[in-house]
Amino acid sequence: MNLKEIIDTIEGELLVDAPDPVDIRHACCSDLMSDVLMFVKPNMLLITGLTNPQAVRTADMAEAPVIVFARGKYPSRETLALAEQLEIAVVVSAYTMFDTAGRFFEAGLRGLGKLPIVHQS
Amino acid sequence: MKSRFTLLSLLGRDGGLSKVHELIREIRVSRVMTTTLFTVSPDALMSELKELMREHHISGVPVAENGALVGVVSIEDLIHALENGKLAHPVRDFMTSGNLIIARANEPVVEAVQRFEVTKIGRMPVLDTQDRLVGIITRGDIIEALLSALEEVYSEAERVHERPDYFFEALESDSTSLMLRYTVKPRDFSRGGDASAKIKQALLRIGASPILARRVAIATYEAEINLIIHTDNGGMITADIKPDEISVLAEDHGPGIEDVELARQPGYSTATAEVREMGFGAGMGLVNIDRCTDDMHIWSSAGIGTRLQMIFRVSPEEIKRDEAG
Repeated sequence: MNLKEIIDTIEGELLVDAPDPVDIRHACCSDLMSDVLMFVKPNMLLITGLTNPQAVRTADMAEAPVIVFARGKYPSRETLALAEQLEIAVVVSAYTMFDTAGRFFEAGLRGLGKLPIVHQS
Repeated sequence: MKSRFTLLSLLGRDGGLSKVHELIREIRVSRVMTTTLFTVSPDALMSELKELMREHHISGVPVAENGALVGVVSIEDLIHALENGKLAHPVRDFMTSGNLIIARANEPVVEAVQRFEVTKIGRMPVLDTQDRLVGIITRGDIIEALLSALEEVYSEAERVHERPDYFFEALESDSTSLMLRYTVKPRDFSRGGDASAKIKQALLRIGASPILARRVAIATYEAEINLIIHTDNGGMITADIKPDEISVLAEDHGPGIEDVELARQPGYSTATAEVREMGFGAGMGLVNIDRCTDDMHIWSSAGIGTRLQMIFRVSPEEIKRDEAG
């Protein structure tokens, strides 16, 4: 999925453009940055409601070339500046997190599937 | 006596600049010449030539008639016309024709250089094998092309040196390592990830595989965030990079972890609501670090501090894994 298809799927607004063409293969949807880092796979789309600069940092570590901020949350200038610096595209979606993810799923994008159940303390 | 700066002396007759020698024999005139070509007709007036030269900042123009080269007219010829008040005369009267010195598009640049040296002229029209005028070559064109070719050669050499084998092989010792140190401030979320990103960049620069660099970056990032979230006074991150192993140490002076075993359980967290709001403190940090490292040692004492050592092995398998991924 390229950047234009991503924007079209969620009728999103492009806030930071990608310097190179993107080719998204799977997606990860979370507000917990450690969760995102657990699922690292190159060419991943990061869908999150977390709009602070750490979301961009996490995308960088996870080598996710595009971030979609859900439920119309507009990121801070600091976040956008970091995204520009790290060359990560940013799109904002007016849909809720569930609907945003659902639209990508409908468009054919998949997550990382089932994981083993871990008992947490 | 002042020695004259010539192209041949630049080349060093004794072969001192052997790379330049090589290039000048390799490169053909066609790669060096200017192809955006201005020509004048022999019937054009010297005043028109003056305008053409002024407008395009050129000092010599080939004279062509029906596509064939019939002469060359230079700024010296124009001065000659000016001195004699003959600007209204045709170019034909002032141009050099007959025994024209030309270059061939397919000859090596070294031939052109020698011709420039022998004849002392400033430019040569370039003809193809069918005697068609295809360009013009000056000494400046040659110097420019050589410089850019040299730059390519050097940047290629530099890239080779960036490879880790070369990097470490160049330094002789019983055990060589590269140490990178970073200070992490408490609660400084805006700079969180800086150290990890810089370590990752350094690893990639010296030629680590992208997968290894990613593993190190993710584990270090979790450790860095822990220093930001949990410590009283921040801490230090030190990466010790060896050809076969990378060790990253995150240490702080408090408050320390009460129960290390408990802290290693997935989902266990002491983070505040505020920190959780920022997307951290899900209790997965140490679990994630464990997953990314080949070995991890954590030592902590309440009231004293914490030392977290993360070991990453640089094995041939790592390289294989990377190729597969």
